[in-house]
Parts: sequence; structure tokens; C-alpha cells
Amino acid sequence: MFPELNNLLNTTPDRAEQGKLTLLCDANTDGSFLVHHFLSFYLKANCKVCFVALIQSFSHYNIVGQKLGVSLTVARECGQLVFLEGLKSSVDVFFRAQAEPHPLQFLRSVSLQPSPEVHAWEANAENLQPLYEFVREALKPVDDGEAAWRCPVLLVDDLSVLLSLGMGAVAVLDFIHYCRATVCWERKGNIVALVHDSGDTEDEENNILLNGLSHQSHLILRAEGLATGFCRDVHGQLRILWRTPSQPTTQRDWSLTYQYKIQDKSVSFFAKGMSPAVL
Amino acid sequence: MESVLALRGLVLLRDSVEWEGRSLLKALIKKAALGGEQVHILGCEVSEEEFRAGFDSSINSRLVYYDLFRDPLNWAQTGEALPGGPLGALQAMCERTDPGPVTVALDSLSWLLLRLPCAALCQALCAMSRQHACRGGGPAAEQLCVLGLLHRELHGPGPMGALSSLAQAEVTLSGTAGQASAHMLRRRPRQRPTLETLWFSVLPDLSLDLQGGPPLESQPHPDPHTPQVDPASHLTFNLHLSKREREAKDSLTLPFQFSSEKQQALLRPGPSPATSRIFYEPDAFDDLDPEDPDGDLDV
Repeated sequence: MFPELNNLLNTTPDRAEQGKLTLLCDANTDGSFLVHHFLSFYLKANCKVCFVALIQSFSHYNIVGQKLGVSLTVARECGQLVFLEGLKSSVDVFFRAQAEPHPLQFLRSVSLQPSPEVHAWEANAENLQPLYEFVREALKPVDDGEAAWRCPVLLVDDLSVLLSLGMGAVAVLDFIHYCRATVCWERKGNIVALVHDSGDTEDEENNILLNGLSHQSHLILRAEGLATGFCRDVHGQLRILWRTPSQPTTQRDWSLTYQYKIQDKSVSFFAKGMSPAVL
Repeated sequence: MESVLALRGLVLLRDSVEWEGRSLLKALIKKAALGGEQVHILGCEVSEEEFRAGFDSSINSRLVYYDLFRDPLNWAQTGEALPGGPLGALQAMCERTDPGPVTVALDSLSWLLLRLPCAALCQALCAMSRQHACRGGGPAAEQLCVLGLLHRELHGPGPMGALSSLAQAEVTLSGTAGQASAHMLRRRPRQRPTLETLWFSVLPDLSLDLQGGPPLESQPHPDPHTPQVDPASHLTFNLHLSKREREAKDSLTLPFQFSSEKQQALLRPGPSPATSRIFYEPDAFDDLDPEDPDGDLDV
């Protein structure tokens, strides 16, 4: 985790809030450093983490995690981390018997033709229920009465790839809806999910997904590339928006914007225009 | 000021990511409950616990809540899900309202619009007011208020237009300088639509605090504590001209301005050639041709 980001978010591993949905979003840049931050943050906070990793392999996250001070191998062995490696297990879907449930079994079904008597708006009747069942099972509270871990956390990297794999935006929203009901509300845990913002107004499905999740989120972290192009000393800009989706507060939702530079083992944040390289 | 909140019929609360509308929805629900109306809520986006937070117990006991959050698509197969899915739940709400003033809150209409065909949803909304009118107690226009929370970024112009055409009022939420505003467009039968803007805030007890106008912080005014400093004082250079300097400046002829004096000077033969001479020493590379280059011109 990046201590400077913790300062900006005014949080530490031992004071992590519960029952929150955090949306990570990137536009014109790579926001995966935020995923690595939250993964190491919640592991250090002694939370049970279910990581649905659809983009990179386990060893990639492990290598970065070690730079940030956590070992995913150890966490997985002791049961703190449940890791769904999308790249590896997606191949298993095609070599298993059809009747066996698999979290990514939508990969097999989406290739089938929708039946003609189904209404057009139901054509993609496939949903992410098996993936939800996997998450629910992974974050089930232990029965021995003594809570070994602090609270359950679901981390998804990332949701936009589900759209690319043929799921509709509403199906992904339904998946997150059920995860919120179970992880955030029932078990008082947290969800962190990354969605890419392609900036393409014609990509309706991605915009529905991004806006739909934004309305449900308590915290939105948006990493954007600089409007002026690439820069060696400033890698991008981070906008932080705190929301209260259903409670009125005396202070309206407020936002901050910082610029950042990603280094080997940390990320440094500074106010706009105040990069150390410039001062 | 309170009369503007006498909303009836279908009312769309259009919010955005920056300016959320659920707290206004809850404030209107509280007002309806305190006014003695029945209040039915279809909760899709947040849990019942989270929605009821902020209402005191007397109001909470008056709210009839239909929970579509926990298991809307019947994935859990526990038999506790509302039958018929989202559309069935909406239809069930219509049937369970008693005659008399009723406020129905849909949290949110966007959730329903993403999962139901737009036409089916519009038909269900129309049927709601028709059924309520049939059940007796005066025209539905006066008795029934349906508050629908709509997230503006989620829908295209088609569905939004369809819902707008059904709505008797649209409240668009935005704001500036930390202060929320509501732009209300009301359509009354046989009257022109009216548009007005309210500045408001929702207090922690969910009562509505209406302000008269835009927040004062948005208008810049000088800070009375810092003295006004004249920046033109104590300069090391002179910004002002004395009278003599100004006269000299005004009487100066600009070099490229063609005045009568200049014309005279040009017409007058110049100073005698004896007073000015040009001395020129040609060097080795010069090729002096004594012939006049314009000699062949017939000028």
C-alpha cells in the first residue's frame, strides 16, 4: 500500500471503514497501481480478501505485492486470500464437464445462439450468478465462532473485461448488486472494483457500467492521464470523490485532485503543478 | 415556499453522480408521511436498513417497504424474493394501495428502467394511477404521487423522453459552490409548463431547508479586513505625464504620418547638393555599368 495515498484518503489499515463500495476508474492511463494498493492495504488490515483477478497472473500480483510488503503466497496458504486466477481457470472451463459449475462458465454459454422466441431484451440471458456464488462461498464467515479475519473484502480486476467477454452491462451490474447485498450489507465488508473509462461516448455498455457503479459507490478514485500528454515526472492525475449515496451530510460530496508519479516501490502524490521536478 | 413542494402525479427526481438525489427523496417521503399520507417504497438500490436510516420511529412505522435489494432476481432461491421479479413487485404495489392520498417512492426508477423494457415500465406507471383512481376517492391526479429517482447519466434520450412525457413534474438536481439546487419543471393540464429553481439543503433529520437564492459565497465581494492598496504608488518609474510633457507629446509628428508639413518638405527642393555628398569607393568585385538601367523605358 502507498502511505501517501492512505494520507490522502485519511485512512490506515487498522481504521479501515466497513460496508463500502470503492470504485477505481482509469482514463487514458493505467490505474492498476490502485488495485495493488488496495490489495496490500486490506491484507495488512487483516481482512479476508477474495480477489477476482481477470487481467494478470498470480505471479504478477505477487511480485508487485512483495514490493509493497505483502506476500500473496503466504496469504493464500493461510487462507486469508482466495485468488481466482482468470487467465488460468478460463481454460479449465472448456475442458471440464458441462454440468460442473465454474465461476467463469459464462465463457462457454455466451458463444451459444440466443433462441428466437426469447424477447430481444432477454437475448443475453446468461448471468454471472456462478461467479457470485464463488465469491459468496469464498467469503463465507468461518464457523468456529471466533473471527479470524477482520471483515471480508472483494477485489475485482477488472469489470470492463467482462463486457469484452460478452456479458451485458446490466449482467455485470446485477453481479455487483448481489455482491453488495452479501459482502457489504450482510457481512459488513468492502468491495473494490476497477472499471476502465475508454472515453468513447459510443461505448454505451461501458458507460452504463461506469455510471451505474458510480451512483452506488462511497468512494471514487479516478486516475487520468494528463491532458497535455505524457510526462516523465508526472504520470497522471488522481481525482478522489467522496460520496454519501443515501445520507444527507452538512457538507456535500467533495472531491480532491492530485497529480502523481509512480516509482519502483511507492507512488508520490503532490498538488497540481507542484511536482518536485518542476519546483 | 412550501407550496412548490405540493407535488402530485409522476415526479422524476433526476440526479447525477456529483449531486445525489436519495436524500431529497427521503425528505419528500418524510414530508408526505408527516402529512398523513400512506407511503409505499420500492427499494432496489440500497438495503432497507440503509434507506430507513435517518427517519424517526414514528415515520418508519408508517412506511410500507418492498425490498427488492436483497434478492431481486431470485438467485438465492429461498422463496423470500418478491414474486414476479421487478415488474411483479411494481404491480403488487399498485394493488396494495388503499384509497386516499398516497405517495409511492421508487428507488430507483433507473434500476427498473435498466432491467425492464421501457414500454412495460411506462405502462405499469400509467396503470398505477389508473388503478388508484378506480379504487375511489377522487381523481388520481390529486391523490397519487409517484416519486421516481432517476440517474441522468444512465439512460439515453429515448427512455428519458418517454418518462418525461408521462411526468407531471421533473426535478433536476445540480448545484454550485457546495450548495444543491433543484430545477423544477411542472406541467399542469391546460397550462403552460413552469420552470423554477430552488436552492435547498437536506438536514440530518431529513427535513428540507429551502434557501431563497444562490449561496452568497458564489458572489465575490472584497474582504473588509484587508485595506485597499493602490498598486500605482511607490513605483520607481513615472506613470504620469506633466502638462509640459503632454503638450510636447501631442505636438510630435509621427514619422509615418503624412501631414501637410511633410508634404511641403518633400515638394520643396531638398538641401543643396553641396551640403551632402556620398563618397563611395568601389571594390574589386563591383561591376559599375555607367548605362542607366531604366534607359529603355519610355517614361
